[in-house]
Amino acid sequence: MTFDYAPAPESRAVVDIAPSYGLFIDGEFAPASDGKVFKTVSPSSEESLSEVAQASAEDVDRAVKAARKAFEKWSALPGAERAKYLFRIARIIQERSRELAVLESLDNGKPIRESRDADLPLVAAHFFYYAGWADKLDHAGYGPNPRPLGVAGQVIPWNFPLLMLAWKIAPALATGNTVVLKPAETTPLSALFFADICRQAGLPKGVVNILTGDGSTGAALVGHPDINKVAFTGSTEVGKAIARTVAGTDKRVTLELGGKAANIVFDDAPIDQAVEGIVNGIFFNQGHVCCAGSRLLVQESVQDELLEALKRRMRTLRVGDPLDKNTDVGAINSAEQLARITALADAGEAEGAERWAPDCELPGSGYWFAPTLFTGVTQAHRIAREEIFGPVLSVLTFRTPAEAVEKANNTPYGLSAGIWTEKGSRMLWMASKLRAGVIWSNTFNKFDPASPFGGYKESGFGREGGRHGLEAYLNV
Amino acid sequence: MSDRLSVLKTYKLYVGGKFPRSESGRVYEVTDSKDRWLANAPLASRKDARDAVVAARKAFGGWSGATAYNRGQILYRVAEMLEGRRDQFVAEVADAEGCSKAKAAAQVDAAIDRWVWYAGWSDKVAQIAGGANPVAGPYFNMSAPEPTGVVAVLAPQESSFLGLVSVVAPAIVTGNTVVVVAAQDAPLPALSLAEVLATSDLPGGVVNLLSGRTAELGAPLAAHQDVNAIDLAGADAGLAKDLETAAADNLKRVLRPGAVDWSAAPGTERLLSFLETKTVWHPMGV
Repeated sequence: MTFDYAPAPESRAVVDIAPSYGLFIDGEFAPASDGKVFKTVSPSSEESLSEVAQASAEDVDRAVKAARKAFEKWSALPGAERAKYLFRIARIIQERSRELAVLESLDNGKPIRESRDADLPLVAAHFFYYAGWADKLDHAGYGPNPRPLGVAGQVIPWNFPLLMLAWKIAPALATGNTVVLKPAETTPLSALFFADICRQAGLPKGVVNILTGDGSTGAALVGHPDINKVAFTGSTEVGKAIARTVAGTDKRVTLELGGKAANIVFDDAPIDQAVEGIVNGIFFNQGHVCCAGSRLLVQESVQDELLEALKRRMRTLRVGDPLDKNTDVGAINSAEQLARITALADAGEAEGAERWAPDCELPGSGYWFAPTLFTGVTQAHRIAREEIFGPVLSVLTFRTPAEAVEKANNTPYGLSAGIWTEKGSRMLWMASKLRAGVIWSNTFNKFDPASPFGGYKESGFGREGGRHGLEAYLNV
Repeated sequence: MSDRLSVLKTYKLYVGGKFPRSESGRVYEVTDSKDRWLANAPLASRKDARDAVVAARKAFGGWSGATAYNRGQILYRVAEMLEGRRDQFVAEVADAEGCSKAKAAAQVDAAIDRWVWYAGWSDKVAQIAGGANPVAGPYFNMSAPEPTGVVAVLAPQESSFLGLVSVVAPAIVTGNTVVVVAAQDAPLPALSLAEVLATSDLPGGVVNLLSGRTAELGAPLAAHQDVNAIDLAGADAGLAKDLETAAADNLKRVLRPGAVDWSAAPGTERLLSFLETKTVWHPMGV
């Protein structure tokens, strides 16, 4: 006999979303210069949540001017004072974390379990961590009295909207820069709520400016002649375009881009723990994670046992309402992303890989994709080479550690990798051979503000988090 | 003064530990500051540049996998070998740059000392650029720098030897391998340095030296999909912009050109420019 889960919805009442929002420039909300707006929808229901402004090049210019004006005083403020603003922000985020978690799940589609237990705690921790650096920069190893760069133009993705905002804004402000930040087109709301947090914290006007808009807003920001720094998280394709835009200028740039991480399971790995790690690696946040463990490399001798256990575990994943506290996998963020995932999964089948997904009922409205795995995948298949950015796992096999390294590194990306083995010497040997910026051994998808994050090769350059994350915003 | 006719040296490229001529068969005339003929240097081609990248890639695994102590000793060995051939380099630098013997000697001495300085960094850089990260959970977490890979280096035009050493040593001491384009009009000290490198226990392919036109060789290197980073020290503003644009295609790490006093203490910028930070997590528990 089977038991059904009763619905356990988190209340929406904790969030008050206004019918429309302007751009946050110089401490005030204002409509776009040309009055253009666009809707943001909840991907789990396609319900329109609010209408936000589409910032024009003129708005970008106004925001950069506001940030430039604010830079003089903000950068001259003693570090200890800047620190206190950031500590205030961290505390207000903690106070409002349930509201922000619900908002994030509504606008992004991610399960409340994740927005509540992963995103929001990490957001607050990130501000708390960098707050403490603001008055200690002399000791950070970048020489005495390191200086801020000026105005930072920051463009962030839709997969972790508020967390990516924190990763960008906290180190920038701690080091004395001012920012113009553009949230992703499909997830603008938490950044606009953050503007309200800046107001509550009494942050000086113009230090943080938030511009909503599409790719054209981002391009105008990155190309603006009066910004000193570009920080981007998103696709490798856009990252390359940004690198071309800043060529020949004095703008500093950090890029955190795509990935196609190998999650490598050896025959001595604890299978149950590895299965949890594989599930967390690829189905966390619907697989909308640049460091997702999207290529499972399993040692041939344990392939059958591991896949059986993995399928058993996947059958228990609950896909559905992001606001239900029992939901494991939420909605795909947009129709566009769903189309991309669908196309790549279809290509996997067409190229000869074997597709499997548990029976699971998907909601009738909204954008959904069942957790899926492909076996019989070769390195030439598109699903082994291209970033899918969805809940799709490609399974490949290996016999020797050297073959695992060869296959794991056979990608233009180099963001992360996972290793599952009980043998310490093998783990360390593998970790040293894998060309990736973050190595999770016997764990996966762990993040911490003190831990530097960023990629090798075409996964971008620069690090976010830790002492390393300061460098991107200092004139060193 | 003897009236013996001297034996002239045929200057060659240095690729994969060997001394080939340019595959193109081309040479160009190198003169001193008074336009007197010094030598015919190889005018390396795009194909030579690609061959050099292959050699550098082949050498990367071994060199980056060597112990830091080993790399440090090899860089120190370069200084030892240079010291013994100091007079030769003083003469070549004086000819190349049209400066006095005393000024040339000061540059060569500084270049030798720079090898020594960087040699010492091999087993220290990880301790200033890495460390333990106190994460909020039961995890061992540490970050350490690793070499970026194959680095294309356009050596400074204005400092044919001290400038060259100042861009090559910091790239290789951390385990990168390099393809170097020597100063276009003064390539001879660089080509002679290859003879020193070849006798310093440096594995073939770790440093590959090309002479020729900086713009002609910079283009295929900046666009090469198997080059991980590029140091544009020897590019003018226009060329630097073009090469940085081409380098974006595989997201090479780019060190832009700037005014550098090569005789000043170098600091750690170049040393740290061609490193990647790797962070490793592992749970703690019993």
